[in-house]
Amino acid sequence: MHALVFIKQVPDASQVRINYETGTLIREGVPAILNPYEVHAVEEAVKIKQKFGGKVTILTMGPLQAADALKECLSRGADKGYLLSDRIFAGSDTLATSYALYEGAKKIIELEGEIDFFFAGKQAIDGDTAQTGPGIATRFNIPLVTYLTKLDEVNLEEKYVVATRLTEFGQETLKVPIPVFFTVEESLNILSHSPLPWLVKAAQSKIEILSGENVDLDKNQCGLRNSPTIVKKAFTPEKKQRGATLTGTFDEVVDQAAEKVAPFLNNIL
Amino acid sequence: MSNLKYDVIVVGAGPAGLAAATVLAKAGVKVVVVERGQFAGSKNVMGGVFYSDCMKGIIDDFPGKAPVERHIIDQRVWLLDKDSFVGFNHKNELFNKKPYNCHTVFRAKFDSWFAKQAADAGALIITRTLAKEAIIENNKIVGIKTGRPDGDIKADCVIIADGVNSLLAKSLGFRKEIKRESVALAVKEVIGLDEKIINERFNVKSGEGVTIEVTGNFFNGEAMAFIYTNKKSISLGVGMVVEDLVKNKINPNDLMESFKAHPSVVPLIDGGETKEYLAHLIPEGGYKDMPKLVGNGVMIAGDAAMMVDAIHREGSNLAVTSGKLAAETYLEAAKTGDFSEKSLSLYEKKKLKESFVIKDLKKYKGVPSLLQHNKRLLQQYPKLINNAAYEILNVNGISKNDKEKLLWKNMKSQIGVSNLIKDLFKLWRNVG
Amino acid sequence: MIDLNKIDSDISHYKDIWVFIEQTNGQAEHVSFELLTKARELASQRNCHVAAVAVGNSVAHLAEDVFKYGAEKFYIVEDEVLKDYRTEPYRDAVSELVVKYKPEIFLIGATTQGRDLSGTVATVLRTGLTADTTKQEIDQETGFLWMTRPTFGGSLMATIFCPKHRPQMSTVRPGVFKAIPLDAPVNGEIIEIIREKIEFSEEDVVKKILKKVISSEGNVTLGFYDVIVSGGKGMGNKENFNMLKELADLLGGTWAGSRKAVELGYIPQTRQVGQTGQTVHPKLYIACGISGAIQHLVGMQTSEIIIAINTDKDAPIFNVSTYCIVEDALKFVPKLIEELKGMQSTRRAQ
Ligand SMILES: Cc1cc2nc3c(=O)[nH]c(=O)nc-3n(C[C@H](O)[C@H](O)[C@H](O)COP(=O)(O)OP(=O)(O)OC[C@H]3O[C@@H](n4cnc5c(N)ncnc54)[C@H](O)[C@@H]3O)c2cc1C
Ligand SMILES: Cc1cc2nc3c(=O)[nH]c(=O)nc-3n(C[C@H](O)[C@H](O)[C@H](O)COP(=O)(O)OP(=O)(O)OC[C@H]3O[C@@H](n4cnc5c(N)ncnc54)[C@H](O)[C@@H]3O)c2cc1C
Ligand SMILES: Nc1ncnc2c1ncn2[C@@H]1O[C@H](COP(=O)(O)O)[C@@H](O)[C@H]1O
Repeated sequence: MHALVFIKQVPDASQVRINYETGTLIREGVPAILNPYEVHAVEEAVKIKQKFGGKVTILTMGPLQAADALKECLSRGADKGYLLSDRIFAGSDTLATSYALYEGAKKIIELEGEIDFFFAGKQAIDGDTAQTGPGIATRFNIPLVTYLTKLDEVNLEEKYVVATRLTEFGQETLKVPIPVFFTVEESLNILSHSPLPWLVKAAQSKIEILSGENVDLDKNQCGLRNSPTIVKKAFTPEKKQRGATLTGTFDEVVDQAAEKVAPFLNNIL
Repeated sequence: MSNLKYDVIVVGAGPAGLAAATVLAKAGVKVVVVERGQFAGSKNVMGGVFYSDCMKGIIDDFPGKAPVERHIIDQRVWLLDKDSFVGFNHKNELFNKKPYNCHTVFRAKFDSWFAKQAADAGALIITRTLAKEAIIENNKIVGIKTGRPDGDIKADCVIIADGVNSLLAKSLGFRKEIKRESVALAVKEVIGLDEKIINERFNVKSGEGVTIEVTGNFFNGEAMAFIYTNKKSISLGVGMVVEDLVKNKINPNDLMESFKAHPSVVPLIDGGETKEYLAHLIPEGGYKDMPKLVGNGVMIAGDAAMMVDAIHREGSNLAVTSGKLAAETYLEAAKTGDFSEKSLSLYEKKKLKESFVIKDLKKYKGVPSLLQHNKRLLQQYPKLINNAAYEILNVNGISKNDKEKLLWKNMKSQIGVSNLIKDLFKLWRNVG
Repeated sequence: MIDLNKIDSDISHYKDIWVFIEQTNGQAEHVSFELLTKARELASQRNCHVAAVAVGNSVAHLAEDVFKYGAEKFYIVEDEVLKDYRTEPYRDAVSELVVKYKPEIFLIGATTQGRDLSGTVATVLRTGLTADTTKQEIDQETGFLWMTRPTFGGSLMATIFCPKHRPQMSTVRPGVFKAIPLDAPVNGEIIEIIREKIEFSEEDVVKKILKKVISSEGNVTLGFYDVIVSGGKGMGNKENFNMLKELADLLGGTWAGSRKAVELGYIPQTRQVGQTGQTVHPKLYIACGISGAIQHLVGMQTSEIIIAINTDKDAPIFNVSTYCIVEDALKFVPKLIEELKGMQSTRRAQ
């Protein structure tokens, strides 16, 4: 069994504040963390490994400091971490990111062998796009299961899994052949407490760095220049201030309130 | 069972632990640091003034690339009354000379930088792991148990630097539960402001910083507060001895709110936005509350050993120094391979004793209880001084002579001459 | 999957605005009509047509609704294999249509299904996709679509465009736009239903659905909604949340609450807003009986319009509210519902 988990290091969004004067984010002093969904992806991959044997490999694309996030994954039981880092990737949008990660994953297959399970988080809390996972799965042309909440069954002999995912209306359970690509929810599992030797091993481990040179890729599909979407401008929503207090008699206030929300009234008959 | 074995285990990646680990690692000792936080510094709090001198012999080019905010050139003290304060300050160009005397720092950044230095020197830093208790064999500490499966680690020596609440020191019986009167609860708020605005409001240039220590009857004489400048923010804090908080049913958040609303504070923070809100304990008992510092195979450093000089807002430097001295003691002991209490007592009996740590702590040992038992010192005097200043400066047709007489009369009636003399004498003995 | 060589890279060949009609068991999602309404506005500026696209085993009957909301063409793919939503066959059906008919803009609802589908379709087509947008406008100068979306949990907004690839794709959160039916069918417009036959066989679809569980409370992604009616301890008990559900329904949104509401058992944790719950930034957030503790505020203060109803005029929630209502929510909300229902029926009558 070989699982590959795509992880991202992100600024802790709950600690990001806005500078309203300049309209920029204050990222200074905000710690970088492992995107919360991926913690659960690693946990699930390691659970499969513990049951069936095999290995869990981690891949991230980012700056060199993202090695910290990879080490956290190793301390949670993953076996090896790869960091895809090169200036040519800077400014990639999701299409370019999924391309780079796809080529990176192919390199990992070359180095570490075929992959049965691909995992990514449901979304990264900095961009919230939720596109990277589906993008990579599509490039590999393997079945995609987004919003995974439960891995009901893993059958390596017959090469299938039974998996439950979230839908708009509840849950659905699917039978899917391996290899398969999951993007996971936080409710997928409860994090376990890794044994101390794992942490020691992780702290001593070396992260493999992959660059645009040692991965076979088309530079014309990478980075800001080759990203179809372009950020025209970024701005901060206006700072909230205490607004108008609706005054008058009870009925008058009801009328005013109704007027304010009326534009949202559902028009479906 | 795991068989993790090191020369030294350091518990806690705060200034004390990281100083010890860096010194040991640089000397080639196999050292592991066990830290419960997500990363070193993740939950650590201090007002923010870090003195540079203690880093000598640990990080030689300090501050170098260390994440420091502003170096302090102007130190102010305020005695705060309801609408006013009387203050004095000391600003000196000498503080603009390198190496700088002290800087403001953010612990989350500072501690993780420090941990990186220790790791680069060869120390192994294990985070997200709680040290629960010591492993004792034959009356000697041989390692620790952590909160993780297969979590035991063995070592010849353990340096305990797990901060004010020291689980480890308690588990060894070296320390009792902290008494409510010897620990203060401090809350701190970081308020983001433009660098230029800070420079203007505090009358400094970029890079230069100001500290304001605040006390007085505004807090009923029972709290201490501070205002420190960072690059692009201001740190505000209020601390109060837990006993007083409980007794007076005060919520520290309310204390902070009233401080922020004081007419002397408002102009400094106006327009700023709260970026962080933190709370932490400060051991204020001083010398008298220090636990047993050495045992067979163990030494205690920093806040875990109650090494805080509450009067001079010094703690991190005492922590660094004591951590370094504990490491040096280990290196001495390693020459003979004897890590018994007797051998390690070098740490307490000689190294600490000869350093400023114990000298300062001893010098001010009476102060915490003096202040705790003579509320008058911080309740009535500041009020009288504020009144006096007002009376003298407010021109209203009464002669200065008459005003002085009136003030003296007030003081006599409110405090009494004998009390006044007693207080002055006590203060002189304890602080002078 | 599509042969990449079949994709036309000349962007001048692409025209019209498409809206994906999300349906479950033959029932269309409201967001699809919201998007059709918006598409009408964009199309008038681009001087082009609005088309709807639906995929399923039986979707032709949606034509009436789709045309009512402004579609001038309706592309459908019907096949037994497409009965339930599954990524891969839906992806292929939709991609085929795009490659063949070349829309300039393609809008999809940012629901669980829409997000799943759009990410794969955009990758197949090698075009840009802007997720979770809250604003769509045509740049008069270039004719490009400007798509605005929140990032960093709503702390920052970004306006994004896609100049060199077609279609310009984006997902749009439910509730962002209003669904307004046409008064009358547009005169002289040809409305076309194109039945597209694409070969599918069940053997080719490797993913099988074993079971579907429809839950009433279940896992809601509050961030998907653009109207949220939220209640706190001040709602008094669990039953009183029914009025919030009713109000949310009227406004095409969903309901949620504070942590105290969770702790008191009024609502499930899956509907908690705040630091330890979900972060939301809807167009409209109505807070009833919520004090506005900082841990709650961080989860909702970037909402565009905030209306708070609280008996305490100094409640901190008012500091971030667009409209402050100092009233008893238990009395106020029922009255408001009554008023809104009145407005709705008058509108219908017109
Ligand atoms: C509000 C405030 C303002 C202050 N202002 C100043 C100032 O301006 N200047 C100054 O010099 N000092 C100041 N101090 C004091 C200073 O913060 C401390 O003296 C100093 O941090 C002590 O360092 P330490 O390494 O001993 O402990 P800590 O910094 O508390 O570090 C202890 C470490 O151990 C970890 N830990 C705890 N228990 C365990 C366990 N069981 N297992 C594993 N890890 C554990 C903790 O997570 C932490 O990282 C202030 C303190 C406060 C609260
Ligand atoms: C670490 C931590 C994390 C937390 N995370 C979250 C979180 O994610 N989300 C969250 O919401 N909270 C969170 N909290 C809790 C938060 O601090 C508050 O306790 C909580 O938000 C308060 O909920 P409330 O506003 O419903 O209740 P209260 O604070 O009790 O407020 C009730 C309000 O209702 C008003 N009221 C009463 N009756 C009526 C009436 N009839 N009509 C109108 N108004 C009325 C009152 O005036 C009052 O303002 C967290 C706390 C901590 C410590
Ligand atoms: N740079 C990256 N490196 C590795 N994995 C990534 C990267 N960006 C996104 N991912 C994965 O894709 C998921 C969705 O990200 P996003 O599309 O940015 O919301 C994340 O949770 C990660 O698992």
